[in-house]
Amino acid sequence: MSDADHSNPHPLVELRDVTRSFPGPPEVQALKGINLRVQTGDYVSIVGPSGSGKSTMLSILGLLDRPSVGEYRLDGTLTGALDENQRAAVRARRIGFVFQAFHLMPRRTVLDNVLVPMLYSGVPRAEREPRARAALERVGLGHRIDFLPSLLSGGERQRVAVARAVVGRPSLLLADEPTGNLDRSTSDEVLKIFDELHAEGQTLVVITHDAEVAARAARRVRISDGRLEEVA
Amino acid sequence: MGRMRWRLPFRRRARRSGVDQPGVDQPGVGALVAPIARADRFSTTDLISEATVDIGARPGRLIMTLAGTVLGVGALVATVGFAQTAAGQIARQFDAAAATGIEITPASATTRGGTQVATARLPWDSVDRVERLAGVESAVLLSDVTLTDGGTVTAVPVNDPSVALPAPPPIVAASAELLDTLGGAVTTGRMFDVGHDRRGDRVAVIGARQAERLAINRVDSQPSIFIGGIAYAVVGIVDGFERRADLLDAVIIPTGAARADFGLGGPGSVQARIVVGAGPQVKDQAPLTLSPADPEAVEVAAPRAGSDLSRNVQSDVNLVFVALGVIVLLAGGLGIANVTMLSVMERTAEIGLRRALGATSRQIAGQFVVESVIIGLLGGIMGAALAVFGVLTVSVVAGWVPVLDPLLAVGGALLGAVVGLVAGWLPARRASRIEPVVALRS
Repeated sequence: MSDADHSNPHPLVELRDVTRSFPGPPEVQALKGINLRVQTGDYVSIVGPSGSGKSTMLSILGLLDRPSVGEYRLDGTLTGALDENQRAAVRARRIGFVFQAFHLMPRRTVLDNVLVPMLYSGVPRAEREPRARAALERVGLGHRIDFLPSLLSGGERQRVAVARAVVGRPSLLLADEPTGNLDRSTSDEVLKIFDELHAEGQTLVVITHDAEVAARAARRVRISDGRLEEVA
Repeated sequence: MGRMRWRLPFRRRARRSGVDQPGVDQPGVGALVAPIARADRFSTTDLISEATVDIGARPGRLIMTLAGTVLGVGALVATVGFAQTAAGQIARQFDAAAATGIEITPASATTRGGTQVATARLPWDSVDRVERLAGVESAVLLSDVTLTDGGTVTAVPVNDPSVALPAPPPIVAASAELLDTLGGAVTTGRMFDVGHDRRGDRVAVIGARQAERLAINRVDSQPSIFIGGIAYAVVGIVDGFERRADLLDAVIIPTGAARADFGLGGPGSVQARIVVGAGPQVKDQAPLTLSPADPEAVEVAAPRAGSDLSRNVQSDVNLVFVALGVIVLLAGGLGIANVTMLSVMERTAEIGLRRALGATSRQIAGQFVVESVIIGLLGGIMGAALAVFGVLTVSVVAGWVPVLDPLLAVGGALLGAVVGLVAGWLPARRASRIEPVVALRS
């Protein structure tokens, strides 16, 4: 499907000539003139060796960082004009994150961990717990609701993180090396959930260095030395 | 019109939302995120619950963090509490004795040899004159009697040349109002009266301790003592002086007898008991009534007004311990700052995560400030409670009346919170500046 519908005036994500440079010396250009469009419902993987600028790419897509040059439109809105608090509000409401290191709060139960994002995204209070439970059911962890993360396996932890990312019903789900800390079989648990989410219409961008993980996405993009090229 | 009335509150709410969820109503971001209902925003309650969930997670560390604040607030509250209690105690004693006691003496001058000599004489009828003043409840004439060289006081006239002569006890000539004025009581026998005094009868009362030394414990047989060889009949034993406790060691004889037998030249002093608060006025009037021609010839030692007395007492007690308490509290604040800083560094990843999930840097800072304020408040409450308990315990053991301002305990707890606020400020600032990108790359 990929760029088939160029005519759509509102791609969900649109990067135009995005360059991100870190002031030196020596000055490092992590991203060089990137152009990327992601339509709603796309499942895109971004592959590349370490140091290729993948993480910078994710930070910019997730509004955690700003391009030095170029513009980033999210759902048609220029994000460069937003201040930090507005960007935080957009992150809370429109973007979900899944990280390599899970980043679960160790002293909170699984349920509490999934409830945290809704504190900031303003989901009506009465809906929060039912939604968190539903999200945990969705990733197959309905029986682990009152566990502490330390009692879970790696795959289960990452599934909690996925539940946390989708509980706010984000427009865009960003995953940064989601299987980096998992073995083959548990990776599969997580990737299966990604497939299911995609089938339900969720837009996903997965950053990985693992070709097998990348192959699950309908559209693959390679990044190397800060430049982007379409693979498939 | 109806439309405008509908719009106005909505617009106001939208504008106010800029405080909690800044910028949500701005044109750029409005397309991306819809405004959130007030009830569903990140509220103060959310902030407090997020900040307190982890406080008890490490009890050992919490105790160490609290210790400084508990000690500091405890020291301060206890210091002020003890000072208040002690001041109350001292003021009570002053009220009971010193604040109602006044001493009038003839003016004296210091000779070149360093001895004090009286430069004037009080009249023999000083008691009558002073008692006429308003505010004076009773007065007594007191004079020290000096025996001629070698004079002693004995119960039996034994002349044993092998025993060194004991030093004679103090002999005091007094008028009959002695017990009333100085708050003594007769334990055995009776006090001599105005008649004895006027006639110069050779009678004596002796202080309880001196009676023991002279081996006199009953007076129904009118035992005699020999003062400088002259026999005096002991009519009573007195005890329990509130002022001039030295009289317990003395032999007390009527002024009339002292004038006749020992050539007492003039009254040594007038002691008076006054009503509370009459001190300044009696001090002004006594010289005029005793020595109208030369008021300067009379010196009056009167208590100051009660209030500045206790105020002075209080400030004297406070200073050192307050300084100490402040120092300990500063150490406690540093402790909180340290631990909060440690906690910020440990939770860098969590902070990054929260930022990624949409927390603003202010919400992150708020979380850590509230956490340290609550730790400080906890420490303050514990310190204040310990201090109150300490003051109560010491008071009970010492038999004092504990005096504690209830605001003091509340103030102590709040002081702990303020310490937490100040201590949490820097770590919170640091937490709010953590870059989510950096924090998440771990």
